[in-house]
Amino acid sequence: MTEMVVEASMALALGAKLCRPKVIPMYPITPQTHIVERLADFINNGEMEAEMIHVESEHSALAAFIGSEAAGVRTYTATSSQGLALMYEILPIVSGNRMPGVMSVANRALSAPINIWNDHSDAVSARDQGWIQLFVESTQEAIDTTIQLYKICENHEVLLPGMVCIDGFTLSHVCERAIVPEQEAVDEFLPEYKPKIMLDPEKPVSIGPIAFPDSFMEFKKQQQEAMEKALPLIGKVHDEFAKKFGRSYGNGLLEQYRMDDAEYALIGMGTLTGTARVAVDEMRKEGKKVGLIKLKSLRPFPKEELIKATEKLQGLAVIDRHFSLGFEGPLYTDTRSALYGKGIRIKNFIAGLGGRDIDIKRLKKALNDTINGKEGGWLL
Amino acid sequence: MIRGLPEEEFFASGHRACAGCGAPIAIRHILKAAGKNTIVVQATGCMEVVSSPYPQTAWEIPWIHAAFETAASTASGVWRALKMQGRENINVVAFGGDGATYDIGFGAISGAFERGENFLYVCNENGAYMNTGIQRSSATPFGASATTTPAGKKIPGKREFKKPVPFIMAAHGAPYVATATVADPNDIFNKAKKGLETKGPCYLEVFSPCPTGWHSDSAKSIEIARLAVETRIYPLFEIINGRVKITRDVPEPKPVEEYLKTQGRFKHLGSEDIKTIQQRVNETWEKLKKMEESGCKY
Repeated sequence: MTEMVVEASMALALGAKLCRPKVIPMYPITPQTHIVERLADFINNGEMEAEMIHVESEHSALAAFIGSEAAGVRTYTATSSQGLALMYEILPIVSGNRMPGVMSVANRALSAPINIWNDHSDAVSARDQGWIQLFVESTQEAIDTTIQLYKICENHEVLLPGMVCIDGFTLSHVCERAIVPEQEAVDEFLPEYKPKIMLDPEKPVSIGPIAFPDSFMEFKKQQQEAMEKALPLIGKVHDEFAKKFGRSYGNGLLEQYRMDDAEYALIGMGTLTGTARVAVDEMRKEGKKVGLIKLKSLRPFPKEELIKATEKLQGLAVIDRHFSLGFEGPLYTDTRSALYGKGIRIKNFIAGLGGRDIDIKRLKKALNDTINGKEGGWLL
Repeated sequence: MIRGLPEEEFFASGHRACAGCGAPIAIRHILKAAGKNTIVVQATGCMEVVSSPYPQTAWEIPWIHAAFETAASTASGVWRALKMQGRENINVVAFGGDGATYDIGFGAISGAFERGENFLYVCNENGAYMNTGIQRSSATPFGASATTTPAGKKIPGKREFKKPVPFIMAAHGAPYVATATVADPNDIFNKAKKGLETKGPCYLEVFSPCPTGWHSDSAKSIEIARLAVETRIYPLFEIINGRVKITRDVPEPKPVEEYLKTQGRFKHLGSEDIKTIQQRVNETWEKLKKMEESGCKY
């Protein structure tokens, strides 16, 4: 293993390289660019055996991703914001055809007004399209999650695609200390991809047929069953990784911080949880029994794990870095649905849209407002 | 069965294409040229619908369909994966209609050809979005009535000429571009074979009647395709490494009217429009002849 101070994008590229994808279709978009630039360096310098397809759009990137996965090789791509939006048509085709590749999403606001900074509107608004979505907090977690996610996605009981969501700029462009695992150890953990079915003239299959109303629902139900199987597997693969590499992130689905005796807590995803740890520490010093739940897996949603994590709570402040216009924060919707009837006061705070800072002050306000029975709102 | 062509079939009968549809004829003969060791990537369209009603399939070789505009991009992914696996001996053939090729998938095709991906792209050209109900595409011929360019009292059908896609593909530097019609399966077979044997992105366009969309007699599809050649409406040529070669000379062309009158989509046309079409056909043919004679490269 190599310990280094590294930009998260470089770390992600190193993480992706360790997974040995053979095809990388990619189209550049800020703030994903550093990831694919580093991969191009690896390939062009002969440090990585892979084909990079310099497609003319994100739409084609994901369409090529399908072709390469279907032909039976491990495939990787990365995108962000409008790029993910342009891929939208293909997202459910990847998952519906059960292609288990991994995509990094450097989360960025959706236009308009055009804005290149971080929020979760790109990935969260794509949450219904059959992709496993794991949000990470740190550079180290980005590397480790990428390696775990291939193993989860490629499991023959799952066969779903996955996104590793990293906050654009606030993580993608930040330099942190990270440990890059040894190739040999990763190879042991993540063996070569063995597709369940593939395009092979010796054994012809038809992939992507038309399904009429008499069979379409069965296809969708099978995808949901795969999601249900993915949920415990995320935890299992996480534990296996922790045992081998000595690093863990809660139970792989969510992580709890100072929750043992907490009466109130924050829940959020991505880098804001790093700041939230400090907010929690400060409020603990003020004598308030508060904690943090870092939600890592948005899809599949760890309902039972969340119920268990919150059973002693009186109140929960949900921080959404996205807003479902016309209603409320989507994480709030999911959290309330999961905790329906549990008697916990749940408040919704919208924060950090388009790169707006989420500082300690704002997070403490969210917690204090929840403790004081005030309504949620926009943390402008 | 056509004498001289392989007997083995890779596109099974029993698919759900309409009577008189040209596309399955094209697919059958292209696959005869490609053989068993082939992967097909299909764009959304009639051929995807009629060939793959789950749990049935007409494809006896590996086949994949992703979306409407993705035949070239998905084929790129397939090809690169084959390259990494050392399976470069497998043919990759992408099929799309003219809507998928001329319009919605055009950017993806352009990208794949610019990158020099190694596959044969086949466009089944029947001049409209037939799968969705005969809407205008940029391959719809001038004057034709389509459901979105109907022959109205004020505007009598489509007012624009079709996009010259084979030449645009040649301008990308494609090593092999060709046109064919379903009236000559041997020609389809031979041109497909050349396209598959040529390394790099190759483009084959097959002119293919659609009785449902053209309002033509389903028993006369082959005749109509032949007439398209004999009237010079659809010239047959190859562009090899940028050099144009007419593969079927038509020294004494029949008037375009003979072709137009076989189809209901042209029945509203007045003499002015027919004159315009004839003039355009003459110009295109002259241009083609000049390109062939000059030997200048695209």
